[in-house]
Amino acid sequence: MELTRARAKDKAEPKKRKLSESKKDMLSGYLYVAPFFIIFGIIGLYPAIFSIYLAFQKWSGFGEMEYVGMQNFTLVLQDPLFWKSLYNTLIIGVMGTAPQLLVGIILAYFLNLAVIKFTNFFRVTIFMPYITSMVAVALVFGVFFSNNESALANYVIGWFGVDPINWKTSEWGAKIAISLMVFWRWVGYNTIIYLAGLQSIPKDLYEAAKIDGANGVQQFFHITIPLLKPFIVLTVFMSTVGALQLFAEPTVFLGGSAFNRDEAMTVVMYLYRDAFNLNSFGTASATAVLLLIIIVIIASINTWLTSGSKRRKKVRAKHAKG
Amino acid sequence: MPKANKKKFSMKSVPIYAVLILASLLSLFPFYWMFVMATRPSEAYNSIPPAMIPGTKLVENFQNVLDQIPFFQAMWNTFLLCTITTLLVLLISTLAGFAFAKFHFPGKNVLFVSILLTMVIPPQLGLIPQYYLVSELGWLDTLFGAGIVYLLNPLGIFLMRQYVSQSVPDELIEAAKLDGCSNFRIYRSIVLPIIKPAFATLGIIVFTLVWGEFLWQFTVLRSPESYTLQVALASLNESYNMDFGMVLSGVFWATVPLIIIFLMFNKLFISSITEGSVK
Repeated sequence: MELTRARAKDKAEPKKRKLSESKKDMLSGYLYVAPFFIIFGIIGLYPAIFSIYLAFQKWSGFGEMEYVGMQNFTLVLQDPLFWKSLYNTLIIGVMGTAPQLLVGIILAYFLNLAVIKFTNFFRVTIFMPYITSMVAVALVFGVFFSNNESALANYVIGWFGVDPINWKTSEWGAKIAISLMVFWRWVGYNTIIYLAGLQSIPKDLYEAAKIDGANGVQQFFHITIPLLKPFIVLTVFMSTVGALQLFAEPTVFLGGSAFNRDEAMTVVMYLYRDAFNLNSFGTASATAVLLLIIIVIIASINTWLTSGSKRRKKVRAKHAKG
Repeated sequence: MPKANKKKFSMKSVPIYAVLILASLLSLFPFYWMFVMATRPSEAYNSIPPAMIPGTKLVENFQNVLDQIPFFQAMWNTFLLCTITTLLVLLISTLAGFAFAKFHFPGKNVLFVSILLTMVIPPQLGLIPQYYLVSELGWLDTLFGAGIVYLLNPLGIFLMRQYVSQSVPDELIEAAKLDGCSNFRIYRSIVLPIIKPAFATLGIIVFTLVWGEFLWQFTVLRSPESYTLQVALASLNESYNMDFGMVLSGVFWATVPLIIIFLMFNKLFISSITEGSVK
């Protein structure tokens, strides 16, 4: 009944119906995106703006805020511990992610070779570390890399004649241990992304190159790498942003002494310590703003570098083809 | 052709297999070793060479974990937190994804681009105000407080918009409209059934994210009754006299359910990574 009536109406007043229909759609459109934007406003936008506002206030979490201008920023920027934490973050970031991306590409390349069998088995095992939580990884590696002389890591380096290291309390020991756990957990994840990238490269490109007499290495550098570039840009971007936000691994790895030592304190740990251990919300917010700026700068540089070389490589590939 | 290839490469591929096997072993070793430690007395840790074969303290070590933290309560809290936030994110994302894919409304593009921007804001920038907000609401130390931040998931909207526009034909929606279907009815009876496969992708992404996230849960959850697994496990590491067997027993039993789920659905897990990031 309703159906026929609607259709009859449709025939009688096509224009009017269209109009009300599109109005209805408009209303539905706004209504359906509203939940996301309400949530975004409450826990995304408002906190971000409030954070920037707080960066210029002195506030202990209770009572009145006091406007202090740039003082929070100068306090943070004059604090050697902030620079130490930034240094730590960058060192661990480079040591944890650069080898990971390199190894990821190699593993993906191997897994994509037509002659290799059991690829699904290898894919699953290499990916498996990613499903463990950061806390679990940090605890397991915390036992590998404990300060005991009998720690597994010390046993292994003993094979090479290296003396036991106090992993948790030495400048480089802590950084190496944390970089290794980041490496272990993420290498499979990046392998999977690169593998998806490799599988998207058409096979006939390789066939054509073979006919032109290109060997495996040439194929790798002139076809694989240039066509993989979007995936490399993506993983470099994600790893950079992730590395600059490092928190769980060092905090859990160092346990009770995490916020009292500086060998592995990262910027987010510094921020957390200011806010929740020292009740200095103003400087913590200033640190958060600085972190945002650092992330934007470093992520843009890295993305620019990787996508920039893509353009150069593409040109080169074109020349090679031509 | 393929046969010739196989023969030709049988020797050449040996080093490649060696690399892949080594990578697999290194990936699996911490899991195995976690299990070994979970079954050994803490003193075993001081033995040289280190213990590599399971011992007999499986139950005792776990008993020690239960003495330290409310393990099952934490497991239940984590399960609740993950399930409810995942369902809510699915609801929010499918609704908005549907709207962005199929409706025309002024400001749509601006709104969609602004979602892109929300992905750039690092979560730490909002940490302090979010903490303040949650404490004003009286949600500190509750699962509400822990869960609310995960509802903001721009990636979900991207995925769902993509999926709806690829797999739900416009004609189908037009036809349903001609039959007098309301937009919500179209969402419920046409769109949702078609995009079910995307639920698995986004569901796995959100579930594992919430399962493993630490900073926020660590900030908001302060008393053992409200601990999630991650916070509870981290607290094992803070005692002075570390019992490694106990700590790794906790880690082991907290990881086992995830390993089982992963092995059952490994294809889905792996495709969720590529679909979630390569779009």
